[in-house]
Parts: sequence; C-alpha cells; structure tokens
Amino acid sequence: MTGKLNLDPALVARARELARLAGQPVTDLARTHTTVSVERAVLRLAGLDGADEDGMPWVNRLTDAVRESVGLEHGVALPAWDALLTGGYPDLRTLAVDAGSGLVKFRLPMGADADAARESAARSVRKGLDRIDAQRAERDRMVAATSDPPMPWIYLIVATGDIYEDIPQAQAAAREGADVIAVIRSTGQSLLDYVPEGATREGYAGTYATRENFRLMRGALDDVSRELGRYVRLTNYASGLCMPEIAALAGLERLDMMLNDCMYGIIFRDINPVRTFIDQRFSRQVHARAGIVINTGEDNYLTTADAVDAAHTVVVSQLLNEYFGREAGLADGQLGLGHAFEINPDVPDSFLLELAHAQLIRELFPDAPLKYMPPTKHMTGNVFAGYLLDAFFNLAGVMTDQSILLIGMMTEGIHTPFLSDRDLALENVRYVRRAAGRLGESFRPEPDGFVAQRARQVLGEAIDLLGRIGSQGLLTAIGEGTFGVTRRPADGGRGLDGVVKQAGGYYNPATEMLEVTS
Amino acid sequence: MSLTGIVRPYGDTTGDGRVQVSFTLPVPFGDEAERARAEGAALQLAGKMGLDPAMVVHAKGMGPDFTFFIVYGRVSHLVDLSAITVAEREFPVLPAAEVNLRVRSALGRKLVVVGACIGTDAHTVGIDAILNVKGHAGEKGLEYYREIRVVNMGAQVGVADLVARAMAEHADAVLVSQVVTQRDAHLTNTREMSAAFHSAFGLDRPLLVVGGPRFDPGAAHDLGVDKIFGRGTTPGEVASYLVHALAAPSGRPGGSGGMASPREGAA
Repeated sequence: MTGKLNLDPALVARARELARLAGQPVTDLARTHTTVSVERAVLRLAGLDGADEDGMPWVNRLTDAVRESVGLEHGVALPAWDALLTGGYPDLRTLAVDAGSGLVKFRLPMGADADAARESAARSVRKGLDRIDAQRAERDRMVAATSDPPMPWIYLIVATGDIYEDIPQAQAAAREGADVIAVIRSTGQSLLDYVPEGATREGYAGTYATRENFRLMRGALDDVSRELGRYVRLTNYASGLCMPEIAALAGLERLDMMLNDCMYGIIFRDINPVRTFIDQRFSRQVHARAGIVINTGEDNYLTTADAVDAAHTVVVSQLLNEYFGREAGLADGQLGLGHAFEINPDVPDSFLLELAHAQLIRELFPDAPLKYMPPTKHMTGNVFAGYLLDAFFNLAGVMTDQSILLIGMMTEGIHTPFLSDRDLALENVRYVRRAAGRLGESFRPEPDGFVAQRARQVLGEAIDLLGRIGSQGLLTAIGEGTFGVTRRPADGGRGLDGVVKQAGGYYNPATEMLEVTS
Repeated sequence: MSLTGIVRPYGDTTGDGRVQVSFTLPVPFGDEAERARAEGAALQLAGKMGLDPAMVVHAKGMGPDFTFFIVYGRVSHLVDLSAITVAEREFPVLPAAEVNLRVRSALGRKLVVVGACIGTDAHTVGIDAILNVKGHAGEKGLEYYREIRVVNMGAQVGVADLVARAMAEHADAVLVSQVVTQRDAHLTNTREMSAAFHSAFGLDRPLLVVGGPRFDPGAAHDLGVDKIFGRGTTPGEVASYLVHALAAPSGRPGGSGGMASPREGAA
C-alpha cells in the first residue's frame, strides 16, 4: 500500500524497535516461568478432558496433585507421565482420578525413567498438535469448498447464555450477512481458574467457553457455511486466567479467531501482569500453530480513557501486541489489532480525527487484519442519533480499508440487540459498503492537512511513550496506570499464586514442539 | 403548558396524539398473501395498543419467519399530569466526575472500599461487575473512580478475614455480594457478617452494603446493614450511594471532614 500520510519510515522503524525493547524483558520472563494454566494446557493437548462430579476439570485435579507433591518447577509432564508409566495406568483420566483422591505418589523421574516419561508425554501431546494441524487443514478445505468473503468482514455478536439458543441466532445472523460470529462469554469467566465442561445452558450475559460449546457452534456454522457457499468464521475469547487452555481448545475445535490481548486481563480484570504475559505467550504459540487470527483489545482503553487524549496509547499497545505476537510465531496476517470509533461526537472535527487514527493504524500495520470497533461510549439511548453515528463508523471503516468491522447496534448499552436492531445494523453497513465501498481509493488527505498532521502527532506521542516505557520497564509502566488509566502493580492481581519459576530441566513437550515451528 | 392538566402526544399539531412505534412479529413476509396478513397483524397490535387510526409505514421480512414494522398512529389515551407520582430515590445518581469531586472535597483522601463474596459463595459475578474497571451495563466499575480505592478480596472470604482486612485498609465501606440462597445462606451469612462488624468496630464501623439478586431491598435494618442492592444495580448507583452516605457535601450533617456516620446512609 502506498502511504497517504507521509509517515517517516525511520520513525515507524523506531517505534517498532522501542516496542521490542519494551517487550523483550517480559518475553524473557515468559520463557523462564510457567503457570498452572500452561501446564493444564499441556494435559489438554495430550487428550485429558472431563471433570469430577463437582465440575472441576481433571486437568486441574491432576496439576494440583502434582504441584502439591513435587511442585511444577519441572513442569507437569515429567511427574505425570512417570506416574502413568510406573503405575500402569491405562490413560491420564484414570491417573487423574486416583491423583485427585491422593492415591498417587508423584516423583521427579531421573535418567532412563525421565527419558521414558519425556518420550511418552511427547507422543501424547503430538497427537493434540496433529489434531490442531488437521483442523487447520480442514479450515483451508472448507474455505476452498465454500468461499472466503471479501473484507471488511462483518462481525456480529451472539450472547444468550444458552448454547442451544446461540446456535439458531448465529445461523440467522450468518444468513443475514455476518462473516464472523463471536460468542460472548459469560460475565466473569475470565476470572475462573478452570475451564467449565460440556454444553452449557446458563450464563450471565454470555455463554461459557467450553470445548463442547466450541464444537457445537463450529458444527452449526459449518452447516450454514455450506448452505450459503461462504465460510462463516467463529470467534471466542482466550483472555483471562485460562488463556493457554482456551487457546488449546480453540485450536482443537477449529475456532477461527480469538480475542487475545497482551494486557486486557491485567487492566480490565485485575489479573496479575506476570501471569498474563506468561499465559499470553503460550496461548499465542498455540494460536499461531492453529492458524487462528487473534483480535487484540485496544478498543477497551478508549472506553475508560478519552479517545483523543489516549489515541497514542492504542498505538503503543498495538505495537506491543505486534511484538509479542510475532515473537510467539504469529504471522502478520494473524494479527487482528483492535481499535475503536469512540471520540465524543460533540468534539469539532471528530470524524476527521477518527479518520486520522484509523488511517494511521492502517499504514502502520499494512498486512494486519485490523479489527475496528463501533461507538459504545457515546451511544446515549437516542437510537436515531446512534444509528447515524454507526453509519459514520461504517464510513470511516470503508474509507480507511479496515479488515474486520464489528457491527454497531443503535441500541448499544440499552439491551442485548433485538432481532430488528441487528437487521437494521446490517442494512446500515450494507448501504455504506454499496454506496461508498471504493471511497478509500479516492481518499487522499492533504499532505500537511489536518488529518495527516493529526496522524503524525499521534505517532510522535506513541514514540515518546514507548521511550518512557522502555526506560522504566513495561511492568512498571502498567503499575503506574499508563494504559486504561488503571494502576496494576506486578505483584498484585489475581493468579500470581499460579506462577512458577522454571527449574533447570524443566520439560514442556508442547512448548518444545511449538518453539521449533515458530 | 399546564403541569396539572390533560395532554396528548404531539406530532405536529397540539392534541393530534400522533406517535411512532416499531416492533417485530414472528410472522412471515413472503408472498402477497403473507404480506397482507403480516400488515394486518401489525395493525391489530397497534389497535390494541390504542393507536387508531394506525398506518404501517414500513414492513420488512427478516429471514423466513419474522417481520419488522414501523407504525405511525394516533393514540386515544390521555395523559393526566396531576396523577403522576415520582418515586423519590433517597440519593441522586451522579456522574463519575461528580463522585470524585465530592469524595475529594468531603474526605480529603480516597474513599476506601473493601469488597468480597462471603461464605461458600463462589459467584463473584455481582461483586466484580460493581468493582472491576470492566463494569456492567455500560458503566465502569468502582475501580475506575480516581477517588475510590478498591480492595476486591474475591470469593469464599471468611467473615473474620473480611473484618481484619477492613480494619487494616481503614475501609469506609464494605461491599458484600451473595448469590447463593440455598437454605437462606445469603441471610445467615449477612447477619453473621454484620454482627462481626458491630462487635469489632462498635459505632465506628464501616458502611455495610450488601448486594444480590434474592435480597429484599427493605430488609437492611433487619439484617444489620446500611443498604441492600438488588438485581440490575449499576456501579454508578453504588458509587452515588457511597458518596451520599459517606461524603455528603459540607453543610450537611456528617459531611465536615472525616467519615460520616454510617447511620446516615441507612434506608
């Protein structure tokens, strides 16, 4: 793409280099630590499913038992597979049941025993990765057999709390034109330190992310994709305390996109920063393998901070998400960096400012499938004004060549969308695409006009902030409230007790295979 | 216009009674017969809503089974302004900036809130919706308020731990969420909690606020707490209540520096 904003390539390179410098220490931290969820994800890849009668997954029971007995400093794999082999267990499930009852004495195997445990663990985990590879190939096959919709993809949300209600709603939305269906999770799932099991019919303002729910919805969307001759993608949310496990389940059940932000859980859910960065890296390695497009959550910053004042924090976060994503093996085409149309419509030139921000991001990340989020903060209940604002959002989206448009509802903040709200929203975006879909090719901001100057100003502010973050350290910056105006110290928040420093001889078969390919 | 008289909706002429409504009916809008039938269905509903005459100005099929309508019409109803009673809330709901301002000017420091789910209740949905920045119903949680310091202890917190933490943090208010109601656990837990605070702090106890979907909002006094919030409460309401109870503007009782008497907030 030829630039429209006259961005200085040296400055853009400088911004990326500063993001790398800021992120590198955190990556080093992630490489030398593990978490309970990373270890549970290893067990999930090895095929351990199901839960005890209280609904606690066997991966949690087994990981907890290993941790109590020998710790997780060497990973769960060595002690677990050693017990599996020496105890003569037929499978991990049987081992987990006994371990949950305190009947298994774990040890850290040495020498030939350790080799045997490593070999057996690697064989089991390999099967999980083989399934992920097969699902990726199946996606390619389905896209070829149906068709890949042109961008921008229309992204719609379903959230009834009941997977069996979600399915017909998602199919209806696809028939109405949705290219991507996102199933919003139950409020608070990100704070659960386990992944619920099975098909679920009750949730709070959303539906639980479970492997079975993933499978049911993907199957239903495959049916409707064949019916429409267009591949309908499925999105869910990896954020929270179980990022690694949910990423594994998403890969195993062929989800197509996953919300996965490097800082969302820290800022908005008070999850411990160290826990988040470790979990994030592993989850992204799995997404990379699965061919899943991540969606980052920068739009959230603008719901707390002012969208003009904090525009540069969005760019900084995107650069960090890009650095962490590439480091974990994601291709640029898998980086669905997020941003949002959240400037107060009372601000003069607000649409020009939105264009400047959206075009800046388009040019900074030319190969990323950018995800553009509609207005929420300034949707007032005046549904008529809201419909107009959504049309301007759609217009900014097509003018600046955004890749994924989350469709705004005029009843945003009032209720979960009515059938008619969704239909009207789609009518809105269809009109804008039909009327102005090619406006981008004629949109040439004056080289030193308001839009171009504003874009360069935001880039400059982002570089300044990245420089400050680099000198004080990313964890300190987060602790001081740099993002989303919320302070999150590195030793605070949920889930820190699930972080373990790796000892010499730490073994994680999944990481070994994922690092090789990334 | 009189505030005690009789009025009708205003379209473009006084007294014309004209309104606009939109709705969806689960009826198909396919062939001509179906379309006529769908419009008839919309007109029937409009008539029962009191629109007479009514006109379907827009009808659109949505999928095979639904039709969306926009209807204009004249309502026959009269609005009697003298018969309106406005339910008075004991406190005004304030924007976040105003909450922060009042805390700053009345307390001269941050207002400290300690929150928890007590007993065996693991449902942190309610307390997190009120406390987390993420918030609820389009409103940011209390963490978002610059002048409120939030300590969220999470789920399954023992009453003794809650009292100790409230003391250590010099809590102005304690927020407790209770979702599980098996064998009235929410009531038992709340009474145990309030008794513990009364005995540990005496009259200087923090404000005690309880929330959950199954509480009777009028039972605060009976349970020994200052305020009960029910289903659908937003963070803004809670923040506004805290300010009302703890940081009243100077000139009002309890607003002159330091902590206001918790009693002031009792419903």
